[in-house]
Amino acid sequence: MKDKFLLRMENVSKDFYGNTVLKNVNLNVKPGEIVGLVGENGAGKSTLMKIIFGSSEIYETGGYNGKIIFAGEEVNFRSSFDALQAGIGMVHQEFVLIPGYSATENILLNTEPTRPNILAEVFDERVNTLDWPEMKKRAKEAIGLLEVDLDPDMLVKEMPVGHRQFTEIAREINRESTKLLIMDEPTAVLTESEADVVLKVIKKIASMGIAVIFISHRLKEILTVCDYIVVLRDGEIQKELRPAETNEREIAEYMVGKDLGEKSGVNREKREFNETILKIENLWVDMPGEQVNGISLEVKKGEILGIGGLTGQGKLGIANGIMGLYPAEGRVIFKGEELPLNNTREILNRGLAFVSEDRRGIGLLLDQPLNWNIAFTAMQVKGEYLKNYLGGLIKWRDDEAISQLAREYIERLNIKCFSERQYARELSGGNQQKVCLAKAFALNPEVLFVSEPTRGIDIGAKKLVLDTLRLYNREYGTTIIITSSELEELRTISDRIAIINEGKIAGILPPTADRVEFGLLMLGKMETGEGVLNE
Amino acid sequence: MNERLKGIIENIGLPRLLIASFLLLLFIIAPFVGVRVDTSINDVIARFAMNGILVLSLFPMIKSGCGLNFGLQLGVIAGLLGAVISLEMKVTGFAGFVLAIIISIVFAIIFGYLYGLLLNKVKGEEMVVATYVGFSAVSFMSIMWLLLPFKNPDMIWAYGGEGLRTTISTEGYWHHILNDFLSFQIGSHITIPTGALLFFALLCLIVWAFFRTKAGTAMEAVGSNPDYARSCGIDVDRVRIQSVIFSTIIAALGILVYQQSFGFIQLYNAPLMMAFPAIAAILLGGASVTKVKMWNVLLGALLFQGILTMTPSVINNLIKSDMSETIRIIISNGMIVYALTRRMKVRS
Repeated sequence: MKDKFLLRMENVSKDFYGNTVLKNVNLNVKPGEIVGLVGENGAGKSTLMKIIFGSSEIYETGGYNGKIIFAGEEVNFRSSFDALQAGIGMVHQEFVLIPGYSATENILLNTEPTRPNILAEVFDERVNTLDWPEMKKRAKEAIGLLEVDLDPDMLVKEMPVGHRQFTEIAREINRESTKLLIMDEPTAVLTESEADVVLKVIKKIASMGIAVIFISHRLKEILTVCDYIVVLRDGEIQKELRPAETNEREIAEYMVGKDLGEKSGVNREKREFNETILKIENLWVDMPGEQVNGISLEVKKGEILGIGGLTGQGKLGIANGIMGLYPAEGRVIFKGEELPLNNTREILNRGLAFVSEDRRGIGLLLDQPLNWNIAFTAMQVKGEYLKNYLGGLIKWRDDEAISQLAREYIERLNIKCFSERQYARELSGGNQQKVCLAKAFALNPEVLFVSEPTRGIDIGAKKLVLDTLRLYNREYGTTIIITSSELEELRTISDRIAIINEGKIAGILPPTADRVEFGLLMLGKMETGEGVLNE
Repeated sequence: MNERLKGIIENIGLPRLLIASFLLLLFIIAPFVGVRVDTSINDVIARFAMNGILVLSLFPMIKSGCGLNFGLQLGVIAGLLGAVISLEMKVTGFAGFVLAIIISIVFAIIFGYLYGLLLNKVKGEEMVVATYVGFSAVSFMSIMWLLLPFKNPDMIWAYGGEGLRTTISTEGYWHHILNDFLSFQIGSHITIPTGALLFFALLCLIVWAFFRTKAGTAMEAVGSNPDYARSCGIDVDRVRIQSVIFSTIIAALGILVYQQSFGFIQLYNAPLMMAFPAIAAILLGGASVTKVKMWNVLLGALLFQGILTMTPSVINNLIKSDMSETIRIIISNGMIVYALTRRMKVRS
């Protein structure tokens, strides 16, 4: 019996060490069909793609449950080679190309047409001569199919990003066996006009009978190109939609889920803030993967401002840029005075502090005791916890004062440890995070940046960390700018929430705004349409 | 009991325990093969005072995360320059030694700064690059020793009248100037080089105290986690350069103390292998590429010099052939290999 579907997934589930990431996913793809896949970070998109593409990571972590039928046969790929063999191709978000090779070489890598020679008689066909004219011809054919203007002799490293993307696609369709092509955010790094060409190419590929699974955060693209759209949330397929019968708002709604209403713990406290403490004007930050492209923002004294957005859109770049950890340009005015950008020391001196998203990498001295971790910045920046000798010529560390400070914070933040002499490495993630907070609090900052404070810590610890921040804000009036990937978390603590998309502010909403509004902003729908400002 | 024993061994470290037992064994065997124990102890103390500062010189760079200073020769060269210039100016006695120290420090600051700039460009590969910096500096100076216009007849080749000799005696200038300071005898064969020991102790104290200051704390943080230090507003590159200068200065002082005790200034290829014994000693003392404590320096210098003193006399008498050099090489290089592989294990 001939199957009318190219790919059928039946009740596919996957968990990583007891942590369920996909639940009973059913997905059917016909030949020549374009399926759009939409979902928030951590919704399970990449895991689903890894299962289809046979990533060895899946096999090594215990495989998946359910059935996958590809081209009429049940398959269970152990590695991506199996998937390639079966006719599944993948275009990656980060290019998987050899920079020093030409387009031709990249397109035909490991599938080169060859001619036998004498050596091959002696050894085997691995030492055959490359058939260059034939290679060029085949590369040109593949490029021709895409109807793009791509020079087959150009080295990949000299190409504009759009052409690299075309090279990847050409490589996948050059494989004659390719029946299904997975495209993981192929337009993420492209300009709009380049993206348009890619969309055209996708349609062209589909018209050749190759099925395409297309992942994008740009809803407009999904709506224009796809035959139908699958929305994933929390590892489950929420809805399958036809582009003709839906709109961006509906997709966003399914993506972020319905509001939980009063119970959700959303911050409903209305507070008035008048004084501007921090004014960011046209800030650009060159942070790889989190680029900020010209943000202007005013932060009021005493508020908790949330910054949200999808991964890679630049929300993390703001704090890192202002604190001088990545090169930044623009103007940041703090209490009426312009901050010297890219000068961490001076910025700390002025009364700003930062809790990094990279807790273990930047936030802590893992191989030093807690008291050092907590007091170090205050000692270096403010000259506290030092004993002065010879009229200040010699500044000796006051170990007793440092321990005293550490014990104080261990008690106040309820940090679980044996003593303040314990090494930071030995603490759990939640307690390490509290140490990072203590380090920042010890500076008595007026403005505190906190990035991803609850990443990788358990639910109980999450609540403690957020409560600590809220308490600190209320007690000392510290202005807190909290960046997080978890929208719900921002909504419970913030007074306002700015959503960042493609390095720019898509909009600022009160925490009580509808989830869908946030979802739309995250997907880059800038217009503050009806309802966005309704509270 | 078993657990406690395990704990003790872990604290001291198996390599140190083995070497210490071996050293003890050598002392026990010594009288039976006709080696006097008291002269041996005298030698160990003298060598400890002579070499300790060179071992100490590694301390700041390990703390700041620059790794083991395989380019120790740069400091040695600064010390040599100080020594020969002081001799050239014919200042004798204590004044001469102080002059040598001052000149050495000036050169050590210049060399250390340039060396630090270079090491900042090769973060993560410091030790490989440092090795070659050390070797090439020694070779370059071999040319310079011939060309520099020194005139003091005590130092230049007797024939030709140009270029410095390979070994120059400090006799008549500042020979044993520290060793003899407040020195006293125990029994007939043990002389305590009080001055040299005090000088070593003073430097240890300075280094120890420095790492308790604000700047020293910053240096240790840079070594622990440079990204953390940067996020606290510390100029990581500058702190690293400071540590390199600090190490280079101590190494320069170290070679001056070595020379006054040894009695000779050794030029040309003599400093070529200077880094290895010092590095082996500090590793033997329990330091690693990234971690070091003051007792590692002291214990390491003592154990390593102990082995160096005892093996030639005892083993050679025992097996009637000269094995000392071989054993020295096995121990020092073996220690270095051991420490480097241990670092790999932590990383993976």
